[in-house]
Amino acid sequence: MSAIMVAPNRIAVTGMNARPDNPGPGLAVARCLREAKNYSGKIIGLGYESLDPGLHLPAYCDAGYLLPYPSSGDDAFLERIELIREREQIDSMIPCLDAELPIMTRLAAELEKMGVATFMPTSAQLELRSKDRLDELAGHAGTDAPKTKSVTEAGFFFNCGQQGWHYPFVVKGIFYDAEVVKSAEQGAAAFRRISAQWGLPVLVQEFLEGEEINLTAVGDGKGKMLGAVMMKKLAVTDKGKAWAGISIADERLFDASAALVAATQWKGPLEVEVMRTADGTYQLIEINPRFPAWIYLSAGAGRNLLEVLLQLMRNETPPEMEPAPAGVIYLRYAEDNIVPLADYESVIMHGWRVPVPEPENHKQ
Amino acid sequence: MTLDSIDEQVILPDPMALKRLAVSESGFVFDPVSGHSFTVNETGLVILHALQRDSRLNDIRELLSSDYDVDSQNLDRDLLEFLGSLSNQLEHP
Repeated sequence: MSAIMVAPNRIAVTGMNARPDNPGPGLAVARCLREAKNYSGKIIGLGYESLDPGLHLPAYCDAGYLLPYPSSGDDAFLERIELIREREQIDSMIPCLDAELPIMTRLAAELEKMGVATFMPTSAQLELRSKDRLDELAGHAGTDAPKTKSVTEAGFFFNCGQQGWHYPFVVKGIFYDAEVVKSAEQGAAAFRRISAQWGLPVLVQEFLEGEEINLTAVGDGKGKMLGAVMMKKLAVTDKGKAWAGISIADERLFDASAALVAATQWKGPLEVEVMRTADGTYQLIEINPRFPAWIYLSAGAGRNLLEVLLQLMRNETPPEMEPAPAGVIYLRYAEDNIVPLADYESVIMHGWRVPVPEPENHKQ
Repeated sequence: MTLDSIDEQVILPDPMALKRLAVSESGFVFDPVSGHSFTVNETGLVILHALQRDSRLNDIRELLSSDYDVDSQNLDRDLLEFLGSLSNQLEHP
């Protein structure tokens, strides 16, 4: 339990990358915050690249700051957060990317001392949802799980048949990315590409025929799942990311997710990914310890989960909520945003975009 | 094959799945569990509404033969085909 209780008024949100084929969740989280009935404070967008779109969108982020990559180490990360806190008086943070969660949970106490509150899973919970422990999680959820194995060398793909692995199967990064491979050559290439980007181990996972359904909610840290929104993808990008989706009401997905939250005492946002196979079995694919990129559907379906998260951060008790209604559709589109050169220059030179003060003669 | 020789429980779609369907008068049908949607024509709409009211197969045949000018052999064949397609949509969308 956090020693500080805050009434968040200046929230930093990470994950402001938003390329159309594979957007991070940050911008959608910021949009939900903007529309939250219980929040009228500032939103500070945090990203890793100067062209992360959320850094340049005043409609959703009052200011934008660059962060050092998590691989830069704890000191560099803390130093940057301290600078952002001094400049923007941030009082809380919502991490939105898988790769940030280990460093964020590790530094939660330091952040708290600094006056930056979070509401996220503990390191133990994070470890439990690790992709190589799916079997254990599926046991909690009462579902099956696809066979999964950690791999640390490319040679595996040339003799995997002897170990009972037959193509096609899926090669996945420990934090992110997945590719279906159909041969040893494809497998080894995917291994090299994914391990170079996300590190070792790389996971191989049984390929399942079926359709993926997802749930997002917030765990209260005491075993209760709040504000569930379930979704089925209607269209995907080349990278398999949802481009359009529809809210659904699947009792089995709801029950499995509620059981997971209860068993792990999950604290904070989560996304549960399940494959509903043609023979009617439910296979747990993954748990993401954050809101998904499609989180704006929660606001569209009348269950803005950022309102729930804010209530928990304020130590309020969110009201009981029925799952979101089925049949609400979201459809993504790409839009060009015009960025003043001065803003871009500021991000390049200083690592931040801050609002330009109004000229004196324009003030009342 | 005639409808008389078929077990109703085998040919009729799962009653629970039928009940949960959101059926619009335009013929647009949405399954809130699977998230799938499909369309039916005017006759399909009549059958679907009847199924949602727990009508028996014979009731549906009588309903259709009173509303449409069709011989019983063609009616049974079309009804059988429709029920098969509907079950398929619900079980393997």
